[in-house]
Formats: sequence, C-alpha cells, structure tokens
Amino acid sequence: MSNDNLVEIRDLSFAYGNRPILKGINLTAPRGKVIAIMGGSGSGKTTLLRLIGGQLRPDAGTVRVDGQQVDQLNTRELYALRRKMGMLFQFGALFTDLSVFDNVAFQMREHTDLPEALIHDLVLMKLQAVGLRGASQLMPAELSGGMARRVALARAVALDPMLIMYDEPFTGLDPISLGVIGNLIRRMTDTLGLTSIIVTHDIQESLKIVDYVYFVSNGVIEAEGTPAEILASPAPFVHQFIHGEEDGPVPFHYPAADYARDLGLDRRT
Amino acid sequence: MQRSILDLWVGLFVAAGLAALAMLAFKVGNIGTVNMSDTYSVIAQFDNIGGLKVRAPVKSSGVVVGRVSQISFDDKTYEATVTLGIDKRYTFPKDTIAAILTAGLLGEQYVGLDAGGSDKKLVNGDKIQITQSAIVLESLISQFLFNKAADGSAKSAPPSAPVAP
Amino acid sequence: MMGGLARFFAAIGHPVIDSIERLGFASRFFGLILLRSGTSFLRFGLVIREIFSAGVLSMLIIIVSGLFVGMVLGLQGYRTLQTYGSADSLGVLVALSLVRELGPVVAALLFAGRAGTAMTTEVGLMKATEQLSALSMMAVDPMARIIAPRFWGAVIAMPLLAAIFSAVGVFGGYLVGVVLLGVDDGTFWSQMQAAVDFREDILNGVIKSLVFGCVISAIALFEGYDAPPTAEGVSRATTRTVVTSSLAILALDFVLTAFMFKGV
Repeated sequence: MSNDNLVEIRDLSFAYGNRPILKGINLTAPRGKVIAIMGGSGSGKTTLLRLIGGQLRPDAGTVRVDGQQVDQLNTRELYALRRKMGMLFQFGALFTDLSVFDNVAFQMREHTDLPEALIHDLVLMKLQAVGLRGASQLMPAELSGGMARRVALARAVALDPMLIMYDEPFTGLDPISLGVIGNLIRRMTDTLGLTSIIVTHDIQESLKIVDYVYFVSNGVIEAEGTPAEILASPAPFVHQFIHGEEDGPVPFHYPAADYARDLGLDRRT
Repeated sequence: MQRSILDLWVGLFVAAGLAALAMLAFKVGNIGTVNMSDTYSVIAQFDNIGGLKVRAPVKSSGVVVGRVSQISFDDKTYEATVTLGIDKRYTFPKDTIAAILTAGLLGEQYVGLDAGGSDKKLVNGDKIQITQSAIVLESLISQFLFNKAADGSAKSAPPSAPVAP
Repeated sequence: MMGGLARFFAAIGHPVIDSIERLGFASRFFGLILLRSGTSFLRFGLVIREIFSAGVLSMLIIIVSGLFVGMVLGLQGYRTLQTYGSADSLGVLVALSLVRELGPVVAALLFAGRAGTAMTTEVGLMKATEQLSALSMMAVDPMARIIAPRFWGAVIAMPLLAAIFSAVGVFGGYLVGVVLLGVDDGTFWSQMQAAVDFREDILNGVIKSLVFGCVISAIALFEGYDAPPTAEGVSRATTRTVVTSSLAILALDFVLTAFMFKGV
C-alpha cells in the first residue's frame, strides 16, 4: 500500500435505470488533502459519494478506496472498510431518538468494547473539538442547523476514520456557521491526518479550504485543478459557475419548442 | 436510569399479558379441570349415542371423572364404540353401567357412570358390559304417541282418560 | 387504434406489474428481516425497547376497548339469550366470542392503528432524514439494528395485548352480566369453563394473534422502508399501513378460523 491516493476512481459510469448519471469519471483523492467535487444541483455529485461508500455499484469502471476495489467487496468486507470512513450527511442525519452524547457515542458502542468511562471521555473530547461539549445532553431537535452539522461531524470522526465525505455541508447555513464548518473541516483534516471529500456547490466557502477541485457537469468532469487554477480557468462552464451567471453552457431555459411558434405567432401572419 | 424505567414498564407489561393468559387458561378455560394427563381407557358400546361428541365429559354422581376420547363405529356388531378416558385417581367396579345422558332438556350430552357392586375394578382396555343408549327425543315422542293410540283403542274410547306419561 | 389498445394494456399492465414488483420486494424484505434477526436476540435490549413502544404504549387503548367490547357483549348477549331462556350461558357467549374472535382481531386492528402507524412513520422519517443511510455508512446494518428489533418487539407484544384484551373483556361481560343484570355468579363461570377449551379456543386465539402480529409489523415496517422520502410519501405510507394490515387481518382471520375450527 505504498499508494499515495486514498481514493482512486477510473472510468466510472453509473445510470439509474436508463438515465445516465455519470459517464466516465476519473478522480483521485490524495491522502491528507481536502478535495471538492462541485457542480450544479442534480449533476450526480451525491451519487459519486454513494459509489465511493459502496452504497451503489458502478455500471462500469472501478472505485478503489485504500487499495480495495469497493464494488468487489462482500458485505462483511464492505462494512470493515466503512468503519474507516465517515460521512456527513446533508442535514446531519442525527439519530433523533438519541441525545447528542449518545449520537457521538453510537459507533463506539456498536463497534468497540470500550468501557463506558472511556467512551464518556472520548465523546466529550470529540464534542470539545467541534465546540459543543456543553450541548452533550441536548436532543437533536433542540439544535440549530449549524450545531446539528457540527455534532454530525463529531460523530463522523468518532472512530478516527481515514476518509470523511461531506454531502453538501454548507447548505442552508448562516455565514457564521458556514465559516465555522469550513474551518472545522480544514482543521480536522490537518490535525487528524484525514482525507476529505466535499461535495458542494458553495464556491466561495469551499475554495478557501480545499486543495483540489473537480467540476462535474452532465456526468463528466468539466474541469479540475487547484483553487488558483480554477479561478483563472478559461473554461466557459467554470466561469459561469464561479460567477453565477444566468446563461452560458448551462442554459437558463429548459429545452423547449420555438418560442414564437408556442405563442402561435407564425400562424398569425 | 432511563434504561431501568423502560425495563420496569416492559416487565409490567409482560407480567400483565401473562397474567391475562393465565386467567384465560384457568378461570375462563378448563385447563384446571381437564388436567388429566394420567387417564386410563375403557370401552363401552352403545346402540345409539345420539349427539355425543368427542371430549364430552364423563360424569359419575355429577362429578366430571373423565372425557370421551374417541368415538367409532363397529361394523361387526353395528354398534357405536366409545372410548372413555378416565382419570387415574378414580376406579370403578367391573359391573359399572355407562349411560348417555343429557344435561337438561336440550343441553349437551355426556356419559354417566353408575358404579356397580363388584370387587374387581375396571382397568385400562376393559369393556363396560352394561350400557344404556342415548334417549332420542323423536323416538321417545313417537313411542309415547303410539302407546297413547294403543291405550285409546284398547279402552274403546272412554270419555276422559287422564294419561300420565 | 393500435396506439389506443397499447395504451389501454399499458394502463392496466403498469399498475399490475408495479404491484407484483412491490409484492416481490416485500417478500424479500420479510425474508431479510428473518435473516438479520440474530442481532435482535444477541442484544435483547433492542427488542425490549420496541416491546415498550409497541406494547406498553398500546396497553391503555387495548384495556379500555376490551372493557367496553366485553360490556357490550354482556348487554347484547343477555338480551338475546334471555329470549331463549338461556341467560345462564352468557359466560360462554362472552368468553368464546372474545377468546376466539374479538380478542385477537379487534386487538390486532387497534394495534395496527396505534403501533403499526407509529412504526411506519418512524422508519419512514428515519429514511427521509438519511438516518438509515447514515447507519449503513457507519457499518451498522439498518435491517439488523432498526427493522428486525421492531419486528420482534411487535410479534412478542401482540399476543400479550390480545390476551389482555380478552381477559379485560371477560371481566367487562362479568360486570354487566353478573353485577348489573343478575346472572348467577357460579353459573356464569362454570358454564364458561365447561365450554371453553384451552387448546381448541385459547391457544388457537394466541396463535391467531401471533400471526397478526407478524403481518402487521411486516407491513408497517415495509411501508415505512419503502416510503418515498418526503412528508407526503410518509403520510401516504402510514395510511396504507392501516388499510393493508386491516384487510390482511380480516382476510387471514377467515382463513385461520376455517383451518382451526373446522371440526366444530
């Protein structure tokens, strides 16, 4: 395992039924880096994460995590691999019937035989790292969106995984929470020696913290590079995306018949 | 803390459920009276068993001493063969009489045992020699009517004959 | 014209194929529950939690309904039996109707409404908020950790609830018949005991409610698991749980009764 790339995706294709989502994706995530997968809504970014986590199987191509080909693993091996992964879901996906403390402790109780006293200390350390040690006895319903995501982050790193995947971590957060989460992702990655993959469409926040960016559109990688390269990229798609332009390679109009004909103007002449 | 309260409630619930089941079994059902795993079988043959059913009670002096365990037809004697399962706690003389009786006028039918005077006791597989068949209401009525008609013709129609059935 | 015909068949065929597909998925789901039940028995605490939410929380409605059903049986039965001069058999009527039919069936219908819907909503919301996905990404099998314990909790709770319903119902019949209308106390019980058989009546009632428990919880969990992850999807799934399991209970009751009491 002298491989420096924790995640390696080669020629990956995937379709839901006969609707192709991904068409020949190549992507690598080097160890210790934060990479971002960007693209518009519905461009297949989340599907990509599910493929890495082995929740979906590719139609063609390979997904390798830590040298293991994910789609070739049986259930037991897959679960063993997933213990080394953490995932932060879009809205946290905290267990609503468990307190914050129990949420973070969940994996330790499920997967380890650690004594309760040790689990107690570990959980408080994880919560301290995200600044929510004081909230340990609250229920998820009592948390704000940003707090819920920080708890989910603490839960995702509970067993010290080597890879964390973030599904839209910035959606629906106020600017302060946004900055907090962004900095936490960067800090966690650096201090714990993790590798992070962020799926997002929040360009400003993510360009501040990531090492490498992939742009996905229509199932293919349109552009890739470091934040500096991306900002300077001449590709029209990237330009439109970064500057939030209304029209461009991603059209403003949904495909439609000729406007004049729809209004019946041609028949009036 | 929360765990133990939960356990307490579930424990209460299960106890209540089992108590309800026990109440159904002993108070509502007949498991207490039917607990006759130790029985011995005695055979009795009847001309007519009427509406007797398997599991009907076998009573002696009004006390349930067993159950009808099997009913079959013997095509050699053309009689009904009834197997009685009798509680091992009770013994009966060899010359006991078995009769098919009815509880009340229209009630269920049961087998009544009338103990005889013999010193020998009935044992497993024995056959009760003296039996009395079920009284079938229809034949009883027709017999009664027939007798009455015969009476009437013999006495050449007296003006008022009080007939005691 | 060909187009119209093809559309007609497509219109009929699509829902049929869809429902057959759903049935297939449901059967696979049920098999998977049984297959992944190991955890439930190794960690029985998980099941105890579910016995609490399915059983203990349904107890109040079961007891109250059982009491009233028994009292109505006592009242109606007394009036009817009175006309034939056999009010002494009131105990038999109340006990047999409760133990054989009303206990298992009405308790199951109430259970579907109270606990079945709760299970569907809970599982549906867990799916909608990605909690099930999160579990499986944490290398915890949602089938083993979430679904199977709920199934077994309901299967264990159902016969106990039905027994409680019948027992309370008999008591209700006793209240009305003996205390209120003056049927003889001794006759009430002794006639009942002479007529109600433990294996034939009570045990068969328990078996019925076990079957109902399996069916209700399997339907409820499947509907929750299969629900589209939206508020509308979950609420529709909840409705379907009540409708499907009620129909299944009544239909199965007929089949089971035909099997069990065919000799009577």
